[in-house]
Amino acid sequence: MILDLKHIYKDYQQDKLVVPVLKDISLQVEEGEYVAVMGPSGSGKTTLMNIIGCLDRPTSGTYELAGEDILKYKDKEMSNVRLRSIGFVFQSFHLLPRQSALENVALPLSYAGVKKRERRERAARALERVGLGDRLNFKPTQLSGGQKQRVAIARAMVNNPKLLLADEPTGALDSKSGKQIMELFAALHREGVTIVMITHDKAIASHAKRVVQIIDGEITEGSKEVQDA
Amino acid sequence: MLENIRLSFQGIWSHKMRSFLTMLGIIIGIAAIIAIVSTITGTNEQIKQNLIGAGDNNVNVQLYMGDSTYEIEYSGIPEGVPVITREVLEEIRGVEEVKDAALFVSRDTYNTIYHKNTGITGGKLYGVEKEYFDVCNYIVKSGRVFDDGDVSNFRKVAVLDEDSAETLFSGEDPVGKTIEILKEPYVVIGVVTKSSKFEPVINSMDDYYMYAQRSSGGVFVPYATWPGLYGYDEPQKLVLTVNNTEDMTAAGKKSADILNSYLSVTDNTIQYKAIDLLEQAKEIQELSRSTNTMLIWIAGISLLVGGIGVMNIMLVSVTERTQEIGLKKAIGARKSRILGQFLTEAAVLTSLGGLFGVIVGIILAEVISKLTGTLVAISAPAAVGAVVFSMIIGIVFGLLPSYKAANLNPIDALRHE
Ligand SMILES: Nc1ncnc2c1ncn2[C@@H]1O[C@H](COP(=O)(O)OP(=O)(O)OP(=O)(O)O)[C@@H](O)[C@H]1O
Ligand SMILES: [Mg+2]
Repeated sequence: MILDLKHIYKDYQQDKLVVPVLKDISLQVEEGEYVAVMGPSGSGKTTLMNIIGCLDRPTSGTYELAGEDILKYKDKEMSNVRLRSIGFVFQSFHLLPRQSALENVALPLSYAGVKKRERRERAARALERVGLGDRLNFKPTQLSGGQKQRVAIARAMVNNPKLLLADEPTGALDSKSGKQIMELFAALHREGVTIVMITHDKAIASHAKRVVQIIDGEITEGSKEVQDA
Repeated sequence: MLENIRLSFQGIWSHKMRSFLTMLGIIIGIAAIIAIVSTITGTNEQIKQNLIGAGDNNVNVQLYMGDSTYEIEYSGIPEGVPVITREVLEEIRGVEEVKDAALFVSRDTYNTIYHKNTGITGGKLYGVEKEYFDVCNYIVKSGRVFDDGDVSNFRKVAVLDEDSAETLFSGEDPVGKTIEILKEPYVVIGVVTKSSKFEPVINSMDDYYMYAQRSSGGVFVPYATWPGLYGYDEPQKLVLTVNNTEDMTAAGKKSADILNSYLSVTDNTIQYKAIDLLEQAKEIQELSRSTNTMLIWIAGISLLVGGIGVMNIMLVSVTERTQEIGLKKAIGARKSRILGQFLTEAAVLTSLGGLFGVIVGIILAEVISKLTGTLVAISAPAAVGAVVFSMIIGIVFGLLPSYKAANLNPIDALRHE
């Protein structure tokens, strides 16, 4: 089991008011699964993903990533987990605007201490894998939305993480680019990457093998398998 | 690290105007410091050269009473001051720093030396041994200096320096002519000049009497004939020459100590002392240094303001780049990495400012030099130091913004629009 969350609560402190956002979330994900997380806006999807992605800590509950009790880790170890085990894809891409596609993709490699030469090679290969082998030196502003998201996916995957977390990866894209992204995810899924993807879109969610519904901070449709289309 | 520096340049270049304005405080501060330091160093060098006389390296040792030279006119040679013998002179010549030494006597002259109706009003009369001219680096311009015959025969011959020759003979060749010293006729046998010309530019201290004595003209007669002019009661003086300018103080002190060891005076304020030009030069340097300390302070404040400007812009930059920082942290950058990035950027920014500052400062110093005619000495260590110092300013004032950046919460940072 790659993800094992039990009784996760997350409260936010709003002035003197405690706002509960996640309420008793338990979620298990097996290695190689492809899970979509759906739910209305404000239901706590991103909050959950931040916890899964080791960007945030729950108020209470336990979380094991690949059998490791992540919550006892310190900041430094957390960033190492993010670097090696998790790839992030965001709705708004979050590419560094002044850096080329290649440099953007190579960024996590430099944090991992990979030598410059190897960085370039591996980043180039990752970009080829997402179909951007001919756009290595393009700046984000010279790329379409779909291409930007593919650069972001290449960046997420360049350190070969076991887990890919995507927060509305197609939210800012037209349906055609969105479909291309879904094809890429399917390919990654076939390669054995575990994917957890947040989406609003039923059609997009249907690409996943399993859909988790969150409403008002609670999982309502836990481990219901989706029929293969 | 190299990567960070490259990225910093990229960042600075993409905000050219802002970066330049940020650097301006540093540029002005460093430029001011470099200009001031160059001018101080140049002025000091000039003072030293002027006061000591380049390559002259002479030290005078004479009898003092308290803080002023012993004046024979008032009381004669004091009890317990023996004649300095040849043996004592040899002992002084044996001092490590001393290259050569000669004894002489001298008096200021007020209308005592004439050629026809022309007199020297404020000159100096010297009674010297024949080695004196060598020790003092005089070179013979015309005629000759004293020889053994002049001394042993008590010949009434005189040597003029250029100034007295000019005063008495105004362009005519004095050799062979007769002058009158205290009503005694002396035949001029030669004219001498200093091998290095002494031309002070700075007139900031009354200690220039040395210069005044030299320039108003000197007349030299053999020491042997001195008693014929003034009688025997004349305290001897000593002139030394040293190899290194830096040795002047030591040589003067050691020689004075030797002379003092033979004194048996009751009034112990009567002592031989060296007229320490090096010390005087240092005093003048101190003086110019203290006036410039204020300027350095002003430059320092400008650097402080510049540093605060850098801090301010770095804080703006951190806010602007919140998303970038959040992203970097999300994909695995450690705090130290972010800290390093921003510190490098601040350091590169201020180092660049420092570099420009040095260039502007050098130009400024050259302009000052052209305008005021003073010497400037641009020192490489000062330039390098200035750039390093600017870098340190960047690191110090970049610390707060960088720390802020490194501790941003990645979630808030990613959410930031
Ligand atoms: N830092 C915070 N402080 C206070 N409340 C917060 C904070 N972050 C999130 N929230 C609240 O938590 C709730 C869930 O937010 P979250 O971003 O997880 O929703 P979401 O399901 O991702 O919504 P969307 O689909 O619009 O992205 C919201 O009501 C939000 O206002
Ligand atoms: Mg969200």
